[in-house]
Amino acid sequence: MSSFKIFDIAGSGLSAQSVRLNTVASNLANADSVSGDPASVYKARHPVFAAVRAALGSSGLPGMGAADAAVQVRGIVESNAPPTVRYEPGNPLADAQGNVYAPNVNVIEEMTDMISASRSYQNDVELMNTSKDLMLATLKLGQ
Amino acid sequence: MPLSLDAYLGIHTDALKLQSQRMEVLADNLANADTPNFKARDIDFRTALADAGTPGTSLALTTTDTNHLSTAAANGAPAALKYRVPLAPSLDGNTVDTQLEQAAFADNTVRYQATLTFLGARLRDLMTAITGQS
Repeated sequence: MSSFKIFDIAGSGLSAQSVRLNTVASNLANADSVSGDPASVYKARHPVFAAVRAALGSSGLPGMGAADAAVQVRGIVESNAPPTVRYEPGNPLADAQGNVYAPNVNVIEEMTDMISASRSYQNDVELMNTSKDLMLATLKLGQ
Repeated sequence: MPLSLDAYLGIHTDALKLQSQRMEVLADNLANADTPNFKARDIDFRTALADAGTPGTSLALTTTDTNHLSTAAANGAPAALKYRVPLAPSLDGNTVDTQLEQAAFADNTVRYQATLTFLGARLRDLMTAITGQS
């Protein structure tokens, strides 16, 4: 029965959102990891989501296949924003000019990203629960 | 007169199939709520159910060569699958409105359960007729 695809779809959403939560955790944990070298400082990471269209090849036209479009994480990209420079001559990691380089992590952006990811995760869990209930009710049909 | 089970169960079997397909499409939309350039879709239920009742009336083009692209979906998806008109598309090209999709999913869930109830009642009637007990 094709309805079991809904678990694949919601499951792919769950795993994509948990990757997103992981990158948020990594970014927040390293928000204050300073370095004396601008090249080696931690850079903020963000996942790239893409829809998987399984039925695209066979149906010819996009949007005509019913059960395509699960989510996949295409990759994790590092932000190109320049690191924050701070003058801290007392820091043992400081370079010759007395500067340390802080990661380009925007903490506010990461917090909103975290809330968005956890809401989407909850949504996917709810999808799974509802469709599981409906499927169990269908199994009981005629009893 | 022999009893045709298909005719006895009526439109509810088609409706159940379509509702489970619609559930999948809505789950697609919700799972891709954060995917850039994803366009939300939905099934035009009235058209799809009318098509399901009368086979051969779908909008699929006739193909006369194996190289022709088929407009009908390979997995039997209804031609009534349409893109949603977004109220407020986001900057990344995503047109999923999570609240709207959640409402549609809840609506579809209730309708699915209603169809299940109808089907269950028909089957119970049949069992009563077969066993002769009430």
